[in-house]
Amino acid sequence: MSEQDKILNEVTQNEYKYGFTTDIETDTLPKGLNEDIVRKISELKGEPEFMLEFRLDAYRKWKEMEMPEWAYLKIPPIDYQDIIYYAAPKQQAKYESMDEVDPELLETFNKLGIPLEEQKHLAGVAVDAVMDSVSVKTTFKDTLAEKGIIFCSFSEAVQEHPDLIQKYLGSVVPTNDNYFAALNSAVFSDGSFVYIPKGVRCPMELSTYFRINAANTGQFERTLIVADDDSYVSYLEGCTAPMRDENQLHAAIVEIVTMDRAEVKYSTVQNWYPGDKNGVGGIYNFVTKRGICKGESSKISWTQVETGSAITWKYPSCILMGNNSSSEFYSVAVTNNHQQADTGTKMIHIGKNTKSLIISKGISAGKSENAYRGLVKVVPKAENARNFSQCDSLLLGDTCGAHTFPYIEVGNKSSVVEHEATTSKIGEDQIFYCNQRGISTEDAIGMIVNGYAREVLNQLPMEFAVEAQKLLQISLEGSVG
Amino acid sequence: MLKIKNLHATIDGKEILKGIDLEVKPGEVHAIMGPNGAGKSTLGNVLTGREGYDITEGEVEFLGKDLLDMEADERAKEGLFLSFQYPVEIPGVSMVNFMKTAVNEKRKHQGLQPLKAGEFLKLMREKKELVELKSELANRSVNEGFSGGEKKRAEIFQMAMLEPRLSILDETDSGLDIDALRTVAKGVNALRGEDRSSIVVTHYQRLLDYIVPDFVHVLYNGKIVKTGTKELALELEEKGYDWIKKELGE
Amino acid sequence: MTVNTAKYTATQDLVDLYNGNLAMWEKDSPEWMNAARKEAVEHFQKLGIPSSRNENYKYTDLRKWFQADYNVYPTYVERDMEMRELFKCNVPEMDTALVLTANGWYSHKNKAIALPEGVIMGSLAEIAQSNPEVISEYYNQLADNTNDPLAALNTMLAKDGIVFYVPNNVVVEQPIQIINMLQSHEDAFATQRNLFIIGRNAEAKIIFCDHTMSGHRFLANNLTEIFVGENATFDFYNLQNQHNESGNLTSTYVKQAASSTFNSNVATLHGGLVRNNLIVRLAGEGAEANLSGMSLADGKQHIDNFLSINHEVGRCNSNQLYKNVLDDRSSGAFTGKIHVQRDAQQTNAFQRNANVLASEKAKMNTKPQLVIDANDVKCSHGATVGRIDEDALFYLKSRGINDKEARLMLMLAFTHEVIQNIRVESLRDRLDDLVEKRFRGEISKCHNCAYRCG
Repeated sequence: MSEQDKILNEVTQNEYKYGFTTDIETDTLPKGLNEDIVRKISELKGEPEFMLEFRLDAYRKWKEMEMPEWAYLKIPPIDYQDIIYYAAPKQQAKYESMDEVDPELLETFNKLGIPLEEQKHLAGVAVDAVMDSVSVKTTFKDTLAEKGIIFCSFSEAVQEHPDLIQKYLGSVVPTNDNYFAALNSAVFSDGSFVYIPKGVRCPMELSTYFRINAANTGQFERTLIVADDDSYVSYLEGCTAPMRDENQLHAAIVEIVTMDRAEVKYSTVQNWYPGDKNGVGGIYNFVTKRGICKGESSKISWTQVETGSAITWKYPSCILMGNNSSSEFYSVAVTNNHQQADTGTKMIHIGKNTKSLIISKGISAGKSENAYRGLVKVVPKAENARNFSQCDSLLLGDTCGAHTFPYIEVGNKSSVVEHEATTSKIGEDQIFYCNQRGISTEDAIGMIVNGYAREVLNQLPMEFAVEAQKLLQISLEGSVG
Repeated sequence: MLKIKNLHATIDGKEILKGIDLEVKPGEVHAIMGPNGAGKSTLGNVLTGREGYDITEGEVEFLGKDLLDMEADERAKEGLFLSFQYPVEIPGVSMVNFMKTAVNEKRKHQGLQPLKAGEFLKLMREKKELVELKSELANRSVNEGFSGGEKKRAEIFQMAMLEPRLSILDETDSGLDIDALRTVAKGVNALRGEDRSSIVVTHYQRLLDYIVPDFVHVLYNGKIVKTGTKELALELEEKGYDWIKKELGE
Repeated sequence: MTVNTAKYTATQDLVDLYNGNLAMWEKDSPEWMNAARKEAVEHFQKLGIPSSRNENYKYTDLRKWFQADYNVYPTYVERDMEMRELFKCNVPEMDTALVLTANGWYSHKNKAIALPEGVIMGSLAEIAQSNPEVISEYYNQLADNTNDPLAALNTMLAKDGIVFYVPNNVVVEQPIQIINMLQSHEDAFATQRNLFIIGRNAEAKIIFCDHTMSGHRFLANNLTEIFVGENATFDFYNLQNQHNESGNLTSTYVKQAASSTFNSNVATLHGGLVRNNLIVRLAGEGAEANLSGMSLADGKQHIDNFLSINHEVGRCNSNQLYKNVLDDRSSGAFTGKIHVQRDAQQTNAFQRNANVLASEKAKMNTKPQLVIDANDVKCSHGATVGRIDEDALFYLKSRGINDKEARLMLMLAFTHEVIQNIRVESLRDRLDDLVEKRFRGEISKCHNCAYRCG
């Protein structure tokens, strides 16, 4: 092993810094999944009838489905009867003021860098904090309400705005869309709901922070964002989990609807526990994210920085229905040690003059496998559709894999679809150049990797971008070889 | 400052350096000339610690320390600088960020506090003016999209920023027009001092009109075969290398 | 003798056709061919005729092409025509040696062609009997019967085809043109099995011309195994020109030894359904594969090129360039898989797939893929689907060239990039000519062809 390889190894063997657990009392339902559990979840949440019907319908469909096997992933068998489907920190209900929040909980989020006290928080970011299965606290609700913006936990939305929920829930991701979507639809416990009224530009970043704490539980949250005509919102999602030897399942759904000329920018920094360097433990992150540009000239952009999870299966997508609508997908996916990722996007062009852009940067290290999978589909009536995709892979070390699986389906002659992909290793001459300027190999790799991913990182809101940069470096510690 | 004794180096089993002896004292400028394939670039690479070369014999002392025992970045932090013949592009990494990291790494090594943002920017400004580096280049990614001349200027700019004890200028003059050459030479000369030395590796005598060397060495077939003063460079320019070959009886 | 019992609609019918006439399939074939059949039939039964559920056939569902009453030919049938006459027109002035096959069988009308000493060119069925030692250790070593149903089906029913053997250090200067014709008085299913062995330091060029010579419905399932020896160079060109009722399934499996070069070029000018599988194993250091192809489709034609390039060892190069021009309601598909295996360092692998949709109803699906398990590699792929370059079109028009002519020029330039890779000048020129005629709406067949099969 060369010196550089050694350092690369050291760089990538860094400890996961969010691996602590919170000692807090939790209400849980027994392990396993059946109709009774589904009913029980609905009952615990005091849901109206239509929600129970929605869940039961999803559960029945899920039972008939099989886990997808097409991804470039080796997924060990999952015993769905050995998972707890509902866990909530005790005495949650709704916190009217900060004083009622369990100090342990506050401390947890403080440690994660997400203070729930509004005055302490980063200016201009409203947060919905979700621990295990429930929303703990949503900040800045009142400020937002003045503009008519609804930002609350999903449970609350079901109670307070059932009409909106009934109208949009499952409208982008149907219950039977895929195995994990059906599972989520049956058992999801909480999440965030956002509604931006007509003509409103949301004055601050909205953010949901997801935290898995309890052992043996799955996390199934659901996010629904509806942006009415001429509105705008930027939404951030972050997530972490404790270090545990077991694998934990996270199967979430995000649905976004944009009406005429509305724009939603959705950013994710995914940092679930990736497992240790031998591949023990870590989160299985099986997520369905999809938006629909329903209105004309509307826009949805996805930005994701994926560094965590043992296995990632995730394709934030967009249905370009409205004429002149557009969508962007920016992704950096880092895999190290034994991590596996199969991630990418789908852009479905239906309306006229629709545009999509895909920029994907994969970085593989250790013994990991990192795959981009994407679909660009232009239906016959989608006149003048445009797509450009750039998918680059960077390999650090000779024991990892980088794969690209784009699917391009074009049925309209006026469309222009272009796809480019490259795979290369980190340049030894670049590292030496940095070394010669007194920069260690470890720092040089961090620097080069961040430079490589910059096009994507630039899309993130400032606070997140800094965080994401650090995360990239940490994720690769001990990796380079 | 630098003592090279009987240095032998191979790449892929092929011997390129076949016993180099060279001593550079503080304040001196040494020029190394020689035909293509003589081992000039290899010498620069071996001294700065590039991977891929095997040192089969010999030793190198730099400021009293065993140079060959150090990692490439340690050598740089000790004050060794290489101006690359072909500087590599690093997409997405801005020159500002790159230099800030490099300067502060060196300061850390010297037990100094990192420069404050304001101080650093002031330093950048001064040094940019010295080599007449366009401001926008400092904001772009390292060497990305730079012309050949801009790359060389950027190398000398970095040298000025890092204030090395010993600089190795590897064919810094190649591909430069006369104006650019003057600017580069101005930068190099501004950095000359009692405790700073340079090794100027070049093909042509031209650069030595601007950077006047104390010694000129001819490197041929992995060995220094002739040493003289700047007049030797003129002689080489006039007669070419065949003359050396003849003298060596080849 | 013919067996006219082949009425089948599904996988099982084909299996029954085989099992029910076992003696006939095994007759005159050596033990090692028959042993391969036995294994293949099991794989075929398991895999079934590929549908779009098979990821490798996602955009080409073959089931409906198999649902017909075809005749099959487990034994040689003499065709009562002077085939050479018909094909004089094909590549005029081309200085090639000519060999014919009919419905998968090596024609008994073939005359010996002049070849350097030691070179063997002839019928698989014959050589399997006369010189088994030349081919037995190569036969069925590359075909992926386990995973590909077309390979398994071919191995199961293979009786004849072409064997081409070039000993070490022999250079065959003259290109050899093999005309594979489908000719019958009834709908027919043909199976052809070819085996090319190119020795160390040897060189050769083969041109396949796939034609239909009668208006019946045809389905051909051809498989070629090619071994390119150390430092050898082999060029393999395929000109496909069949009528709209014909399905042409070709599978080419190539294994390259160190420092060998394999150049292939497939030009699909016409055909109802065309599926070309090309699987290349770069198994020796320094090997290079240059693979290109182009198609012009109209009507309801469907053209699918499926490539899988496996860099098994380091320091190999592969290049792929495939282009399609799709008109009317035609559809195209392309899959280009590049797999760089662990430790196959210093690999260069490049791929480009460009497509022009020339009509409202045309469709293109493309699936370039990179699977990279080594780090010191340079790999890239690019795929585009679009219309012709409007800026270039405007530029030409601004110089006084009319719209129709300008479009034609751009289309010719588009396809010429592929054609120019062909290293047989007369074939290259002929193709440029055929392509231009095709774009101009003139017949793409030779002018004096008696059969109007287009």
